[in-house]
Amino acid sequence: MSELPNPDEFLAKIEHKPSPRGWMDTPVEIRKGIACHAAKPERLETVGFPNPRDWSCYDEDWKLPENWQEILHKGFKERLDRFRSIKVFMDICVRCGACADKCHFFIGSGDPKNMPVVRAELLRSIYRNDFTTAGKILGLFGKKVKKSYGAREMTLEVLKEWWYYLFQCTECRRCSVFCPYGIDTAEITIFGRELLNLIGLNIDWVAAPVAFCYRTGNHLGIQPHAYKDMIDFFTDEIEDVAGIRVEPHFMKEKADILFITPSGDVFADPGTFTCMGYMMLFHFLQEKYGLEITWSTYASEGGNFGFFTSHEMMKRLNAKMYAEAKRLGVKWILGGECGHMWRVVHQYMDTMNGPADFLEEPVSPITGTKFENARSTKMVHITEFVADLIKHGKLDLDPSRNDHLKVTYHDSCNPARGMGLLEEPRYVIKNVCNHFYEMPANTIREQTFCCGSGAGLNAGENMELRMQGALPRLNAVKYVHEKHGVNMLSCICAIDRAAFPTALEYWLPEVDNCGVHELVANALILPGEKKRTVDLRNEPLPGMEDEDAE
Amino acid sequence: MRLNNLLAQRKTAIIKNWFTLAVETYPPDTASFLKKQKDPFANPVGRTISRGLEALYNELLKEMDHDSIISFLDPIIRIRAIQNFSPAQAISFIFLLKKAIRENIKKEALEEQLFNELLLFESKIDQLAMIAFNLYMECKEKIYDLKANEMRNTTYKAFKRAGLVREMPVDEPDIKPNVNT
Repeated sequence: MSELPNPDEFLAKIEHKPSPRGWMDTPVEIRKGIACHAAKPERLETVGFPNPRDWSCYDEDWKLPENWQEILHKGFKERLDRFRSIKVFMDICVRCGACADKCHFFIGSGDPKNMPVVRAELLRSIYRNDFTTAGKILGLFGKKVKKSYGAREMTLEVLKEWWYYLFQCTECRRCSVFCPYGIDTAEITIFGRELLNLIGLNIDWVAAPVAFCYRTGNHLGIQPHAYKDMIDFFTDEIEDVAGIRVEPHFMKEKADILFITPSGDVFADPGTFTCMGYMMLFHFLQEKYGLEITWSTYASEGGNFGFFTSHEMMKRLNAKMYAEAKRLGVKWILGGECGHMWRVVHQYMDTMNGPADFLEEPVSPITGTKFENARSTKMVHITEFVADLIKHGKLDLDPSRNDHLKVTYHDSCNPARGMGLLEEPRYVIKNVCNHFYEMPANTIREQTFCCGSGAGLNAGENMELRMQGALPRLNAVKYVHEKHGVNMLSCICAIDRAAFPTALEYWLPEVDNCGVHELVANALILPGEKKRTVDLRNEPLPGMEDEDAE
Repeated sequence: MRLNNLLAQRKTAIIKNWFTLAVETYPPDTASFLKKQKDPFANPVGRTISRGLEALYNELLKEMDHDSIISFLDPIIRIRAIQNFSPAQAISFIFLLKKAIRENIKKEALEEQLFNELLLFESKIDQLAMIAFNLYMECKEKIYDLKANEMRNTTYKAFKRAGLVREMPVDEPDIKPNVNT
């Protein structure tokens, strides 16, 4: 009997109360299910990034260059000089806490280091120590005094903490909406990740798409013939659904418009149905108005994981969009349903790879509407283009073909917060669906909750993290599901469409996920089409069953 | 039944205490947020725990319908199964009800000799913990399932529909490793 453990000792081993220590005194614990796999060396080699090697975040030794602290210090300094925003964001935070509880990862995980203010403090603490006069003077009085100022030295422990938490931010910018100073924490994460890349610290789910995109043109490394094979397959599917053979253009010179969308729409369900939607829309516009829109297997990726790596990498991957538009001699570019592509396009492309003075200022050839907001980038969002067509009565629509769906709309972070695209998708949905329900006000529009898998965090090994991040969004979806019977969560982002089916399966399996143009194409009446008895997913339309088949 | 009446009488205080103990399994800053923020969309975790605990407590005072217990327990376990807890920590909040009850009825339990009834009631809490453990494992298994099948359900499925991948026909012999006999 004496060998039996004392009950108190036994319970002490499963302590349920966390340590009351402050964040700076709480050591980082890298957990499986939260962290992502390290970037494989061949990814970094492909794009000429430093320190390619096999390593794992769970190992003690991260195989860093000997002078890693010096590299980071220099990189930090260069970027403080280069980006005024970063310098300002490092200085002006008063730690008011307005952002603290606004992050989906904090809300879902309960980990205080996911409060945006603390995530930024991870870097600020080093900034104060290395780059401020006060930090240098207070440092003379010892670590304790320095700590009271919120400064600390860069150590391996701090570096691991950076890596762990900078890859628990989806750069969604919800927190920045609430910051009275307008601090954009996404920029801090972008900056932090850029520093990490200087010493070869990236995750494979970011580094692999970057390498594939650079080498082959899209995130999965799918070659041009397979891209075309998929589109060809969609033409068969469309024929089955609508009895019409669409004929998409590929790299057609002097076409009116070049269309670029994330490759996820071509290669992964349920984006594939959205892709079929685009194809049916383009067919309609060609048949009815003679508009020629071309696809490209060269500019086969709208997404840009360079954005999650470094500014330079983002620029390199983005360049092909303008290059292809120039080569083909189109008038302007139409962009598909993508998230971060639009932040890159709207806020960086023109500066990085512009001016695109070889393109025309976008005007809809059908309605004559000038897309003035795209005057400089020459790239128009497809929901804006389609909303304008609908407003002018240019599309023939039968919204009852979506009557089997009760739809809500998730404002994808980057189009909503990054470019202010709030009304157009809603206008489109309301015109192609009869049953639309909004989620609660503090979870949509500018305050939309992220899907939890953006900015390269859509890997498999960090599934627990992704479920934490998706919790606030799907909690709001659950509300409209219970209140109104919503069964379809629509969105305009390919990462959403990759993330939501999985997150829904865990949190709310009764609800499915789709892109807006899947809904558009369900409702769109193609000239000469057969009676529709199924939707784009080949699922029977209630009340429109095929009588002949019975 | 005397205990049940007492527990029904002290319901509000006990549930409040249980909720406080449960959210204090999170770090202090998080616990304070979970307690203070009342908006169900800004604080889904706090809201889910608070609603769930109340419903569970009511169920414990009754016959303990298994399906109802699951419907109230699942949302809480589903959250804690993906948070940064060990399995024991994730379901520890169930046992904290014992503490909440003991703290709230200590005097009466001593004076009125309620220990037998209390032991019986605590066995119900133990049952609750067993159900919680099942739910926890179901959630974890779901996570592993999602990890294993996500790519298959999206990209692979799309390629397969397009006829771009070919599976081994079922009538072809399996490739077996050489076995030295």
